[in-house]
Amino acid sequence: MNAFLATVRRDLLLALRRKSEVLTAVFFFVIVTSLFPLGIGPEPGLLKKIAPGILWVAALLATLLGLPRLFAADHSDGTLEQMALSPSPLGLLVAGKILAHWLLCGLPLVLLAPVLGLQFDLDASTLGILTLALLLGTPLLSLIGAIGAALTLGLRGGGVLLALLVLPLYIPALIFGAGAVEAHIAGLGAGGHLSLLAAMLALAVFFAPWATTAAVRIALE
Amino acid sequence: MRQSIIQWFRFGSPQSFYPLAGRMIPWFWAAAAAFGIAGLWLSFFVAPTDAQQGEGYRIIFVHVPASWMSMFIYLVMAFWAGLGLALNTRVSGMMAQALAPTGALMAALSLWTGALWGKPMWGAWWVWDARLTSELILFFLYLGFMALQAAIDDPRRADKAGAILALVGVVNIPIIYFSVKWWNTLHQGSTINMNKAPSMAHTMLWGMLLMALCFWMYTIAVALVRVRAIILERERHTDWVKHAVE
Repeated sequence: MNAFLATVRRDLLLALRRKSEVLTAVFFFVIVTSLFPLGIGPEPGLLKKIAPGILWVAALLATLLGLPRLFAADHSDGTLEQMALSPSPLGLLVAGKILAHWLLCGLPLVLLAPVLGLQFDLDASTLGILTLALLLGTPLLSLIGAIGAALTLGLRGGGVLLALLVLPLYIPALIFGAGAVEAHIAGLGAGGHLSLLAAMLALAVFFAPWATTAAVRIALE
Repeated sequence: MRQSIIQWFRFGSPQSFYPLAGRMIPWFWAAAAAFGIAGLWLSFFVAPTDAQQGEGYRIIFVHVPASWMSMFIYLVMAFWAGLGLALNTRVSGMMAQALAPTGALMAALSLWTGALWGKPMWGAWWVWDARLTSELILFFLYLGFMALQAAIDDPRRADKAGAILALVGVVNIPIIYFSVKWWNTLHQGSTINMNKAPSMAHTMLWGMLLMALCFWMYTIAVALVRVRAIILERERHTDWVKHAVE
């Protein structure tokens, strides 16, 4: 457990010394969501209807933007190999890296989403559901994305390939995440969607670090 | 018992699998041709015209088998990939790699024929129906698998990385399918309900089954041809390949 926390701390420290990288993904999120009204038109009714989908797709893309960073630097300077050789299980260290990635790339999105939701004229309770859905959904995105990041480690055209691998797997999170907000707006209650999102998160917390570790080991061979 | 296990593992080596595949290929081609001729004859000359859909419904004799195969091939591919990962047999990874293009082809064929069928029947090339959407996502998964394998130069790493992706995909396919299905029911009322299709005439069902068998045999034959090519390419430095090609 110490190794886990040490990895989280190390990754956070490294990222905070290069703040611009983290902030890029966050600003990307802000800019992309602000582009949609400009493209579609400022009609409040329409914007309110499409807001959950826009915010979720933008969150998906922003998470994707941060994924190559998850292992690339540690892979190129050999840290990842040292981690694989270290006495603490690699799976634990990988899980720590994923958690750090979520804290850096996922959590800011969750915190920003209510502010951006205001642009789309969402009311307070809807913003709450949106934040809750993103809180459950963004760790899922980091976990699934980590598998793709480990698989594409050190490959030609890794970034584009990563998008091709990971985006189809993101679809359930998108459907239930945006669906939760839409169901709430429609007055159906978001409970079912949020439960399914939480169930997928539980499944991913168990399996994804394991699959990621296997992929990291393959990349290191 | 022990003997038979060893026998099976023998074909895990490319050298012994290569001639075996070569011997099997003509049989599967013949079976594909036989089933195909019978199926096409039944579906175009024997099966009656549909009362509601006219002649256009005959697309399903290609469409349905292609959809079945696209899903089935992914499972088979994941099976071989998992086997290769667990037992470290080289031919397993090659089989997975050989199946992927055919799977993608079947998915594309299924989408294409579905669009051709949808235009006269529904009045639209594409609707966001649950089945159409999940078939499209399946097509993306195939593309991802092939792109990943193509991006990795070392074939052993390509096999293993592809295997993990295929297994992750297999776990995700039911989740994707059901999420798309529920999403669909949430978003739009059931404007099109494919589940309540009128019950089919027996000849139609037979035509479809024969065509499915034809597609199945074709898939095996073409996968074996492809796996032989992959074996030759990967084992080109060995002596037996030099003799085999001569």
